Amino acid sequence: MYRYDEFDREFVTSRVAQFRDQVERRVSGELSEDNFKPIRLQNGVYLQLHAYMLRVAIPYGTLNSRQMRMLAHIARTYDRDYGHFTTRQNIQFNWPKLTDIPDILEDLASVEMHAIQTSGNCIRNVTADHFAGASSDEIADPRPYAEILRQWSSNHPEFAFLPRKFKIAVIGAPHDRAAMQFHDIGLEMRRNAAGNLGVAVYIGGGLGRTPMVGKLVNDFVAEEDLLSYVEAILRVYNMNGRRDNKYKARIKILVHETGLDELKQSIDAEFERIRDGVLKLPDADVRSIEAYFAAPKFELLSDRSSLLEAAKADDKSFTRWVDRNVSAHKQSGYGIVTVALKSTGEAPGDASASQMDVLARLGEQYSFDELRISHEQNVILPHVRLDDLKAVYDDLVANGMAAPNAGLITDIIACPGLDYCALATARSIPVAQEIGERFADLDRQNEIGDLKLKISGCINACGHHHVGHIGILGVDRRGEELYQVTLGGSGDEHAAIGEIVGRGFSKDEISGAVETIVDTYLAKRLADDESFLDAYRRIGAAPFKEALYGPVAA
Amino acid sequence: MSILKNPVVFTANRLRDGESVWLGASGVWVEDINAARVLRNETERDASQALADQADADNIVVEPYAIDVSAQDGVVAPLKFREQIRAAGPTVRLDLGKQAQTHASRAA
Repeated sequence: MYRYDEFDREFVTSRVAQFRDQVERRVSGELSEDNFKPIRLQNGVYLQLHAYMLRVAIPYGTLNSRQMRMLAHIARTYDRDYGHFTTRQNIQFNWPKLTDIPDILEDLASVEMHAIQTSGNCIRNVTADHFAGASSDEIADPRPYAEILRQWSSNHPEFAFLPRKFKIAVIGAPHDRAAMQFHDIGLEMRRNAAGNLGVAVYIGGGLGRTPMVGKLVNDFVAEEDLLSYVEAILRVYNMNGRRDNKYKARIKILVHETGLDELKQSIDAEFERIRDGVLKLPDADVRSIEAYFAAPKFELLSDRSSLLEAAKADDKSFTRWVDRNVSAHKQSGYGIVTVALKSTGEAPGDASASQMDVLARLGEQYSFDELRISHEQNVILPHVRLDDLKAVYDDLVANGMAAPNAGLITDIIACPGLDYCALATARSIPVAQEIGERFADLDRQNEIGDLKLKISGCINACGHHHVGHIGILGVDRRGEELYQVTLGGSGDEHAAIGEIVGRGFSKDEISGAVETIVDTYLAKRLADDESFLDAYRRIGAAPFKEALYGPVAA
Repeated sequence: MSILKNPVVFTANRLRDGESVWLGASGVWVEDINAARVLRNETERDASQALADQADADNIVVEPYAIDVSAQDGVVAPLKFREQIRAAGPTVRLDLGKQAQTHASRAA
């Protein structure tokens, strides 16, 4: 994986020293809150309901064991012994003291991590497919491009005060695991007819109060033009994006109001102007970044592991876990392990310090020192020998992380909600926990099959409810929590925004409503292998509405 | 001196550690809402507003504001759900922090 060069190290270390000085000046009263707030936000520090919150970037969701151990150390030393992995492949600490944060940032810098640009109206942490470099369907590893974009966007002077925040995602496979079309810019790596690498570029996707699917603005930008083209988009957005209304300031609104064709003309004009300038990527530079992400030294193994087969024959629980949580690897004899942080009764995405230490050890021992954080709030061990799966599983069982539910109804993603977040209007985590308990029976979960359920505690949609096959949005209605249900959303390559099914449900009713929806699907599906989403697309919302609200009057 | 429709207390987050605090009877910011000074008329509220603004200016707390509460038998309860959660701690992770105490005392 990428290692800091001298420039990166100097940049991060000097920022820590600068922030330490700023915190001291804030505490001494030299800086007012009005002066300090934009500074702390630029360093990932929020003030939430109960405490400060520190959001740490995990670039494109990739980290090594040493970094994971440092996250455990921070949780244990400065926080309440746990952290929360987020839907943007970051980690949030919920309880740091302001006066400890400079020490935390110094600890992070010692393992090449930071919290810069995890907030504010700038280019945020670039996200990527969490199976990058491992999945069997990949055209190319998207992380070198994500790293090039990270370097370009870090402290980019022109884009430090954009109209609004800006999110970029990169995928390297036709199957979209990163909700690429719901980002301000989504990049899908492709090869052109000549076999050269480049990207298809989508713009104007997003969730929040105005959800939109990204639009294809260019079906092939050559690798050497990657930065020039993205810079052209940012420049057009920075000049023309609305600054008069924060709810209309994202690029999706600019695309919508201007029209794609007209905006594309502006982008292309700017691109033509700068394409032969300093941002043109020399082949050697790309290849040298790529070298950081070279595949590990895989052993040459058969695609069939007799150890695995024997272990499966002996242990039904293990078989179930393998079937759901191990995905096909591009290298014969290896698998990709999804460690679902979704055990019954737990908060989605939460991991204790000791669990993080276990994950670090497993990454070190079994996965070439590599771990990933997925936007679905799980941890991935990307390169595990099939022969080692049983040992990994046993370790996860012993440490409460062997939920065999990846991609099932209880693999819920949920934002922190009103239990922590100052913006939230309703709680998310307790709803996730109730649904998790209601569907705890594994036979039943497997009978239901693939189903993505996503919960947000406010319209800002950090829990991605718009793209849940079942989405739940918590709102405040006259002081009471009310939960609206959307159906049919999808964050993959067949991107769709869910449709509101009808009036909302109280907190006491919501998990029952989900059960009614699921029962309706089970009764209506054509066959066991017709997924919830396929069935919904075939039959539409009417049967679900009728089951939830009774027959519609003619 | 008009009586307020609902009693209020002042709340904020402490600057140094971010802890939720309420303006207490002795003018000190306290971590337990039940120890907050309950204000029932405009004169009392205005006096506390001045204290809260001063604490903000003195960099003791951040962005203080008044919240509506009910106050009976020494129990101060915010009317808004958001403020109830701020006072009692998250409704999850009941093994930790303030919510562990709240939860234990309710169970007892």
